[in-house]
Amino acid sequence: MAKNEKNMTGSMVVKRGLAEMLKGGVIMDVVNADQAKIAEDAGACAVMALERVPADIRRDGGVARMSDPEMIEKIQAVVSIPVMAKARIGHFVEAQVLESLGVDFIDESEVLTPADESHHIDKFLFKTPVVCGATNLGEALRRISEGAALIRSKGEAGTGNIVEAVRHLRSIIGDIRKITQADSAELFEWAKRLQAPLPLVQEIAETGWLQVPLFCAGGIATPSDAALAMQLGAEAVFVGSGIFKSNDPAPRAKAIVEATTHFRDAEIIAKVSRNLGAPMTGIGMDNIQERFAERGW
Amino acid sequence: MVGVSHNKSRIVGVLALQGAFSRHQNVLKELGVATRQVRTPQDLEAVNALVMPGGESTTMSQLLESSEIFEPLAKRVKDGMAVFGTCAGMILLAKKIIDGRDDQTPFGAIDIEVQRNAYGRQVDSFEADIDVDSLEKPFHAVFIRAPRIASLGSQVKVLAYCGDDVVLAQQNNILVASFHPELTNDIRLHELFLKGV
Repeated sequence: MAKNEKNMTGSMVVKRGLAEMLKGGVIMDVVNADQAKIAEDAGACAVMALERVPADIRRDGGVARMSDPEMIEKIQAVVSIPVMAKARIGHFVEAQVLESLGVDFIDESEVLTPADESHHIDKFLFKTPVVCGATNLGEALRRISEGAALIRSKGEAGTGNIVEAVRHLRSIIGDIRKITQADSAELFEWAKRLQAPLPLVQEIAETGWLQVPLFCAGGIATPSDAALAMQLGAEAVFVGSGIFKSNDPAPRAKAIVEATTHFRDAEIIAKVSRNLGAPMTGIGMDNIQERFAERGW
Repeated sequence: MVGVSHNKSRIVGVLALQGAFSRHQNVLKELGVATRQVRTPQDLEAVNALVMPGGESTTMSQLLESSEIFEPLAKRVKDGMAVFGTCAGMILLAKKIIDGRDDQTPFGAIDIEVQRNAYGRQVDSFEADIDVDSLEKPFHAVFIRAPRIASLGSQVKVLAYCGDDVVLAQQNNILVASFHPELTNDIRLHELFLKGV
């Protein structure tokens, strides 16, 4: 048995690999070390460190930016699970800073105020994997062509309303299903319609799935919401405001973790949904000023 | 349950509480093996062998308890069911976990001490070719926030090294890897596992 040769870091295999490890899990938004600990105790497979949860960003308005490095480091210090953090769309320096902090996953996120109105970050330049949001298959494939290691449906963050996430998941997965039925000539038209690279469309026709995992984000507030996303075809869920904007975060966090694992078992979902206290209040889509999901190109 | 280990009726379970279980299932399917995702004690009863995938071991520990599957699984492991643990799966099968959570109980099925996230954060995750005992050509191994086998007992058979570290090991019915054979299109380690089933 020979000693090993040279090791390769930061490859696409390694970056997508971490996304694979997060499948079936819940990634929770946290704004301080205490919340991060609660999330880990509840069984989160990763935490997203940010200064304000989306519901507060929506309420406060103004420009939302990358979090304070010190706050991210405090969270890294108290948990052993992966720590993610958000950079603004197109703000590659924020992404460089997050990489230098040793963040495990960077979220190029529409929840923050975009820094570039036509370009996303060239994600191939980073050793750290980057996740991007998408509302439809074309957007997902454009992000993958830029090097995203993971796609999440955008939903509408900070609303506690699952309707947009459902729309986005159905759109992405529905189009994947249609593409698997298309003949080779139709794939050219699909690529044109989706404004996505033809080779990626052809690959989907062959494999029946995206090149990277697909998670759900934006609006999950209850165990049933998480299971709905999973039954629709999401492979894991991000929960933002839904946990720490509820009345009693710890039991709700644990219940959402269990419902995500047992997403086809209604009896278990019923069991874990009992006595969780009030979920976040939430808002209807007609009552929101600004749609975060419309950010990104 | 006597006699269920007959080859034709064997079903290889994949622990599906969290993590890369579907990728393991794909490899097993490619090998023509019947598989089943295991999330409950009832699922566990239906399988003859088990793969414990990579993912977050702390999450899995919580879910093993809340899903009431820890005790029955510990018993099956003790009774000699073949188990292949990769990454987080290896952590859970170890005798002792270093840098784990205080409330995290491993199965103690293989005489190794395992340190979580021993190679660093995600930016330190890596790929490397390793030589595996009994395989002719090197195996391309993917290490994601990988655990390291810090020490091992004399009954544990070493099957591969990466650098100075043992990365593939076996003791009786238990096979463990600190890397992810399910992430490459190489079926040889699953084949090796199935030979022992």
